[in-house]
Amino acid sequence: MTSTPRVGLFVTCLVDLFRPTVGFAAIKLIEDTGCSVDVPMAQTCCGQPAYNSGDRADARAIAENTIRAFEDYDYVVAPSGSCAGMLKKHYPGLFKDDPQWQARAIAFSAKVHELISFLVDVRGATGVSARLADTVTYHDSCSGLRELGIQAQPRQLIASIEGVKFVEMQDPDVCCGFGGTFCVKYPDISNAIVEKKTENIDAAGANTLLAGDLGCLMNMAGKLKRQGSKVEVRHVAEVLAGMTDTPPIAGRG
Amino acid sequence: MDITSPTFKQNSRAALADAQLQKALGNVRGGFIDKRRKAVDALPEFDALRDNARDIKNHTLDNLDLYLEAYEAKVIEAGGKVHWAETAEQARGIMLDICRAANARTVTKGKSMITEEIDLNDFLERNGIRPVETDLGEYIIQLRHEHPSHIIAPAVHLNKEQVEADFRRVHTHLPASRDLSEPEALLDEARGVLRKEYFAADVGITGANFLVAETGTSIIVTNEGNGDLTQILPRVHVVLASIEKIVPTLEDAAQILRVLARSATGQDMSVYTTLSTGPRRPGDPDGPEQYHVILLDNGRSAMLGTEFQEMLRCIRCGACMNHCPVYHAVGGHAYGWVYPGPMGAVLTPSLIGVDKSGHLPNASTFCGRCESVCPMRIPLPKMMRHWREREFERGLNPATQRYGLKLWAWFARRPALYQLATSIAMPVLGLLGRGKGRFGYLPLAGGWTKYREMPAPQGRTFMQQVRGRKAVAKGLAEGLS
Repeated sequence: MTSTPRVGLFVTCLVDLFRPTVGFAAIKLIEDTGCSVDVPMAQTCCGQPAYNSGDRADARAIAENTIRAFEDYDYVVAPSGSCAGMLKKHYPGLFKDDPQWQARAIAFSAKVHELISFLVDVRGATGVSARLADTVTYHDSCSGLRELGIQAQPRQLIASIEGVKFVEMQDPDVCCGFGGTFCVKYPDISNAIVEKKTENIDAAGANTLLAGDLGCLMNMAGKLKRQGSKVEVRHVAEVLAGMTDTPPIAGRG
Repeated sequence: MDITSPTFKQNSRAALADAQLQKALGNVRGGFIDKRRKAVDALPEFDALRDNARDIKNHTLDNLDLYLEAYEAKVIEAGGKVHWAETAEQARGIMLDICRAANARTVTKGKSMITEEIDLNDFLERNGIRPVETDLGEYIIQLRHEHPSHIIAPAVHLNKEQVEADFRRVHTHLPASRDLSEPEALLDEARGVLRKEYFAADVGITGANFLVAETGTSIIVTNEGNGDLTQILPRVHVVLASIEKIVPTLEDAAQILRVLARSATGQDMSVYTTLSTGPRRPGDPDGPEQYHVILLDNGRSAMLGTEFQEMLRCIRCGACMNHCPVYHAVGGHAYGWVYPGPMGAVLTPSLIGVDKSGHLPNASTFCGRCESVCPMRIPLPKMMRHWREREFERGLNPATQRYGLKLWAWFARRPALYQLATSIAMPVLGLLGRGKGRFGYLPLAGGWTKYREMPAPQGRTFMQQVRGRKAVAKGLAEGLS
């Protein structure tokens, strides 16, 4: 490995389509830890919609694309626990019957990290140089928390932001009800779950809600705004990178 | 019982609109989770015990035939009888034969989900035998002609006031002026009523938490002591258990007991752990004259060797449903058959067919909290996904979903086309939503916008912007060279 590790940024489909700021924030944060970042053009989505709908053939085809595009980098980093979990924990299983591809998938998976845990656990970051005079709270997205063990890392980095006040909400580790296609397949149940979540968010007394997964963030932001909440919602990377001049997710007010 | 799993969506909507139920479900969200957490935190070796419990069951399942035969031999040696039932119907038939041979008119029952699985109460009633549930929760729902909504807390969907009303409706021999406002009063009243039934019963039926191959022992855990009275006082004790309840040794059972109650109720141990080995022996102060075990398969052996084998490790602690946001929202009855929650979402399709229960493995956010608390480390989300794969292979999910998915996947497999299409669509959408930053309604996104706003995209996609920057960088580099 060269002295400057080469990171391939897997930006995730939701960040690509809905919130490019998160991608640029990720680039800045990774570069700040002494890595070079490249964005391979042959990326689309991690394949979870197909994988979690039982469509293994398409999930595998998409996985092959991703592996081909990223396997030459030293690290593969994604600003999402859910997508990083898919790349890291689920890709090898898609190639059970193909030893050659499985070996490639395992080698690839070993290089994959979620953004915040990459900064802290791999690159040894203990803080960021950002300022934000605001009270924030943090939602633990499920895949990042339970598949990748991301819990302390974002809190550690948030605490290093100058001027920030951090408050915990009740049950930060309970699902927000997004669940990918779940939220449109079972909208009534999803709504009941996110209502409990937004109740806890509002009760926490923070002005800004942060999390590491755009799917969950869009769900919670969408519900908060429908309910008329003033809480603003951002991906944690935006705040850590000091990129808060763009409007928050789902707008203000 | 009637299977209503195919109407899971309607069931769950009704559950969400049921104010009484929603109030009762608040108890699941609170109590169980905190108590388990405390119990687990107090036992540093808990995770090591989970590994151990998993390994014991894996070994047992890999050698299930051998342990079942060894178990049967030991039961016979102790003077008991073992009956093998491949189907629910066979199990009911065997049970009826045993009851008839004992001239049974009343049978008492300890809490057993397997008797729910084979619909035993209705069957016995149709055949002129009166079953009496002796577990308090089971007794309450029997009075209401309901089924359990939770595998260890069958009446968790009810509030105290509803139980009081049922007791006043049924226990008409007691003074109407009595005070039933406290839970203890309800408990005392049920105890008084049930006490007589224990002595009237000809047959006592229990399930089993474990069947021990080395000794031929069946083990039940209870908190009310009703199980002991059910199995000791009548002349005949019948244990109805499914084949995967086997463990090789008493030591193995003791290992798994250490994670069972902690995961279920947060207790170190249940109040009663009762071991039964054969009928009363000469010199025993009490016990039944006959001891029968009905071993039920009902689809379980077909799970062996498949991706669902690990589900047979389940010890029915209920931790998965106690921690499930979907269960918290809709309760157990919405799942439409015997087993609710994450364990039901995996087990039910195995037992009644995924064609009837296809919603269950789909109605999960894959949040993984169930797996994270399962004492037997059963990968529940993974197995739900396997059911989705089976459904997809068989074309059981709705056509619109399938075609939508296929169309999306076609693009996702072709990065250049995908990026071309999204680089046109997203800036338009971004422009439309620029004012407020969100949409209250979007065509084709009704499932989303029914309950929440759709955040507007920022505009040009990330890949579009990167492509632009790369082109500029390349141009610069070429210009310089």
